[in-house]
Amino acid sequence: MAIKTKRLKRKRGESEGGVKTWELRLYVAGQTSKSMAAFSNLKKLCEERLKGQYQIEVIDLLENPALAKGDQIFAIPTLVRKLPEPIKKIIGDLSNKERVLVGLNLIPSS
Amino acid sequence: MVRAENKPKSLGAQLEKSLTGIKGLDEVTKGGLPKGRPTLVCGGAGSGKTLLATEFLVRGALQFGEPGVFMSFEETSDELTKNVVSLGFKLDALAAQKKISLDYVQIDRSEIEETGEYNLEGLFIRLEHAIASVGAKRVVLDTIETLFSGIPNPAVVRAELKRLFQWLKNKGMTTIITGEQGEKTFTRHGLEEYVSDCVIFLDHRISEQVSTRRIRVVKYRGSPHDTNEFPFLIDEKGIIVMPITSLGLRYRVTNKRVSTGIPRFDAMLGGKGYYRGSSVLISGSAGTGKTSFVSHFADAACRRGDRCLFFAFEESESQVVRNMLSIGIDLEQWAKKGLLKYHADRPTIYGLETHLLVMQKMINEFKPAAVIVDPVSNLNAVANHANVKMMLTRLLDQLKLDRVTTVLTILTQGSPTSESTDVDISSLADTWIRLRDTESGGERNRGMYILKSRGMTHSNQIREFVLTDKGVNLLDVYVGPSGVLTGSARLSREAQEKAKDLVREQDAQIKQLNLERKRKAMEARIADLRAEFKTEEAEIKKFIKQEKLRRQKVSQDREAMAQIRKAD
Repeated sequence: MAIKTKRLKRKRGESEGGVKTWELRLYVAGQTSKSMAAFSNLKKLCEERLKGQYQIEVIDLLENPALAKGDQIFAIPTLVRKLPEPIKKIIGDLSNKERVLVGLNLIPSS
Repeated sequence: MVRAENKPKSLGAQLEKSLTGIKGLDEVTKGGLPKGRPTLVCGGAGSGKTLLATEFLVRGALQFGEPGVFMSFEETSDELTKNVVSLGFKLDALAAQKKISLDYVQIDRSEIEETGEYNLEGLFIRLEHAIASVGAKRVVLDTIETLFSGIPNPAVVRAELKRLFQWLKNKGMTTIITGEQGEKTFTRHGLEEYVSDCVIFLDHRISEQVSTRRIRVVKYRGSPHDTNEFPFLIDEKGIIVMPITSLGLRYRVTNKRVSTGIPRFDAMLGGKGYYRGSSVLISGSAGTGKTSFVSHFADAACRRGDRCLFFAFEESESQVVRNMLSIGIDLEQWAKKGLLKYHADRPTIYGLETHLLVMQKMINEFKPAAVIVDPVSNLNAVANHANVKMMLTRLLDQLKLDRVTTVLTILTQGSPTSESTDVDISSLADTWIRLRDTESGGERNRGMYILKSRGMTHSNQIREFVLTDKGVNLLDVYVGPSGVLTGSARLSREAQEKAKDLVREQDAQIKQLNLERKRKAMEARIADLRAEFKTEEAEIKKFIKQEKLRRQKVSQDREAMAQIRKAD
């Protein structure tokens, strides 16, 4: 697992004209195993379900602690779905795929 | 200023403390909260937790040069700022000056989906950022228990809180953590398990429909502290805790005396009045003139240039001023000069402890030499007798310590001759004056006597007094066959005595005249006798003279005859 969150920052999926864009932010604190697991889980899921319609922004709070306030981050890792609205927060390493899909409203909650 | 007093060296060596700057709390905790450690402040809703925590931060930033971080889990920064503006705390200004950092942590469970493992590092990061941004020494977490309801996994919260408190300790932050009171525990989620250095409990109790706030230091590891419950107030300047029960019978007394304001009453008290710094109780049923007596005292105190604080539980200031003006006591002039301060409250406005606090606060601010409470018995409306007595004991202890002369009035009910008071505080009083009504001959008259007066000679007489337009006037004593005569009985007795006097005076005059007449008669007789004597004397002298002449004649005749006869 050599993914560097920093390198991946602002790497965006291409948004195709007319298709709604998913704007996702993943908050991490340093490169812990949980953070990296969360990123790879997210990436995999997006590729499966939202190919070409998403963008992921990874924010390392150790580098930008001031950003934690804006999205009301308290748990690490936290995934914030900025778009489509409403804003959703998913905390944890995103290992439970089903819960993530529920959290992102990609499948109904029951 | 308080710092030196509150930090004895021996304590400092054991445990360093951080002054809160909250009035009274630093005395109760003997120097403040444990420095660099977390303190748990718990209590029910509305008990003043957030306020205490806020004041701790604000005083730290303003008085002790210790910036602080306020992390709120319940109120937004704006709400918090607005809530404490009324107490004179300007959080927004302090935030702008980088003396305080406010952070509102919003946790909305409905927004949150939990998937897999996580920790609360985000909180740590935010806290660390806030601490670094102002160079904080103090931290408030209010109310961190919200995490339990906001975060699905309590095991994570517990583990992370434990880590957080340790982390704060390591960073040397003097921290206040607030917690909601649980049913059987100090906090709903057992925060006291994690914060074991110092636990402070706030209580907001209602008894007899009035609320009283109380504070108690439940635990303070490594430090002595007062374990009693202390009442506290939230006023326009923040929290005030009064560590009153720490007082006792240690006051020193003085021999100085102060006038009662009624000269003839002073005379009854050994000629000099009350002892300065003593407590005086004036009891009596309705309309016996209690307020008039204390107003005289207030007037006399102000006339001497002393400050006098007048607590009234029955009448408003203007009512007392008007009423007392009718008996010739002008209290308004002293109020205008700032010597007399009047404080009127209905007893039911707040609880007993709060009354005590308000009174003590005013006493501390005004620094009077004389305090009047009129009448203390009205406090029975908000508490039972035992509590009222306890409160008055505390009040009197403090006043005696400050050598303030205190005059309390008590409204007694029922039999006017009963020598107990409704509020059984007679043992607290050094001097006890009873005012009473006497009913006789179809009228009510006012009488007074000194039931006791410690440490001075005093009159044992029951005296009648009247309220005149020049104030209370003690009258001369007329003792009749059934005791002291009062009212018209006294007046008729006075008239009788006057009549008797008159008769006696007239008798004396007549006797004088008789004597004069007798003397004159006597002298006339003497003159008569003398005249008679003179006449007699003259006649006798005349006779004696003639007799002499006759004898001479006889002798001459005899010689002449002899010559003629040529005898011998």
